[in-house]
Amino acid sequence: MAESYQTMLHLILFLFFGTICVAGAINLLAQSHPINSALSLIVVMGSLAAEYLLLGAEFLAAVQVIVYAGAIMVLFVITIMLLNAGAEERTPGSRVAILLGIPGVLIGAVLVAWTLVGRSSTTQSVSIGALWGSPKDIARLLFHDFLLPFEVTSVLILIAIMGAVVLASRPEGSARGARKDG
Amino acid sequence: MSITTFIIISIIKSLAVIGVLLTAVAYSVWLERKVSARIQNRWGPTRVGPFGLLQPLADGVKFIFKEDLTQPHVYKPLYIAAPMISLVFAITSISVIPFGNWVEVGPWGTYLQITDLNIGLLVVLGITSMGVYGVALAGWSSNNKYSLLGGLRASAQMISYEVSLGLSLVGVLIVAGSLSLRDIVEAQRHLHWNIFLQPVAFFIYLISAYAETNRTPFDLPEAESELVAGYHTEYSAMKFAMFFMAEYANMVTVACLATLMFFGGWLGPVFGPPLLQMTLPVVWFCLKVFFFMFLYVWVRWTLPRFRYDQLMAFGWKVLLPLAVANIVVTALIVAWRA
Repeated sequence: MAESYQTMLHLILFLFFGTICVAGAINLLAQSHPINSALSLIVVMGSLAAEYLLLGAEFLAAVQVIVYAGAIMVLFVITIMLLNAGAEERTPGSRVAILLGIPGVLIGAVLVAWTLVGRSSTTQSVSIGALWGSPKDIARLLFHDFLLPFEVTSVLILIAIMGAVVLASRPEGSARGARKDG
Repeated sequence: MSITTFIIISIIKSLAVIGVLLTAVAYSVWLERKVSARIQNRWGPTRVGPFGLLQPLADGVKFIFKEDLTQPHVYKPLYIAAPMISLVFAITSISVIPFGNWVEVGPWGTYLQITDLNIGLLVVLGITSMGVYGVALAGWSSNNKYSLLGGLRASAQMISYEVSLGLSLVGVLIVAGSLSLRDIVEAQRHLHWNIFLQPVAFFIYLISAYAETNRTPFDLPEAESELVAGYHTEYSAMKFAMFFMAEYANMVTVACLATLMFFGGWLGPVFGPPLLQMTLPVVWFCLKVFFFMFLYVWVRWTLPRFRYDQLMAFGWKVLLPLAVANIVVTALIVAWRA
């Protein structure tokens, strides 16, 4: 009895967060002001984290919230606030995009759903909470099995940071080039 | 345990924790006013109730009955949502904080904690990192230069100090070997408190925590001598009170985390009859949290405010390298001993 209750509860939560996620994604596109779009993106990230949590990938969910919703999106929002970006402008190009985009997305979604439903006899559904994703497992994968790709990625990010510093620094000899304080 | 008992116990625990948290928030305002008054050789609130103890109640009533002004130039949806975002995230983070050991009432037993996740610490950090949106959006949607400056300062400051806050806790995690707050406390039995093992991490955490909660000496986002009131300049009545409550709720969370990570949580001498044995851990936990709350007030009324460039330089050039060095040294020692 408790088992069936649990499955039902999980299904309800899955549908709840899934609906929020899709609604947030649609709202992201529909809003004309960039800050509303950025906030919708945060909602999408947050509900995705909740879905990960339902699958049992707790660490991934926490990282999703800390890194994407908490850090990257804060930078987005700050940038929008600093630039004081106004409402989006409608151009002839955007009208074409709406005319072609919506049917295109609908066709794509139907194709994906059709393929999944058609193959549902051969693929197994993941029982909720069954995935392993404890910090220990992930750490073993990252720092043992996939150590080299992990380190190479970190070097790549370091190069990106250095590039950003070089691009953002003022040219030498410019009038305001030599500021001492931070 | 059947699913019905589980749900009932969870609801009871949630209601109790939120009730205690909101009371603690109200009375930390009273504590702040009382201690600050004594530091300045005044009396503080004395009129409402004995020692002014009913003052929070009077303040709450006043906040509710004040006129709720909404300026015509604000961006309304976010202006209304911002204080709610702040308060919701401030209160939610208490849900994984354990404040006592196993208790049994008749046939039912439970841990004194709303829910025990094996990534409890990450959940607290994640939820706290979301709290910055309330402040940033309040500053932006108010459509006011001072508010915007306050909001920008707050977001920059909270992002910067979150890094050293998170890194300072990594040392503790290496020592404890777990992300579950309950395991971290259990690893500190027999006075092996992390304050003795990780003193550097503790002080980095303490300083970053002051900056995270926008408290003096890091209260640049609402520096009244420069920015009127920073991000909540345009707010009044209950909306202002929500920012106020969020700030104090964040203080309570950060104090709880400091207690759990460095001061052995609910651990302490336990003796006497069973009932006393169940309540004593909670008493120890509350006493330790109270100590940190007092420290907050004490520091606020002792130290002057930083300048903004000093604040940023201190965070990135002093605290961050120290935190990283602490992690390296801790990891080396742990690896060497293993």
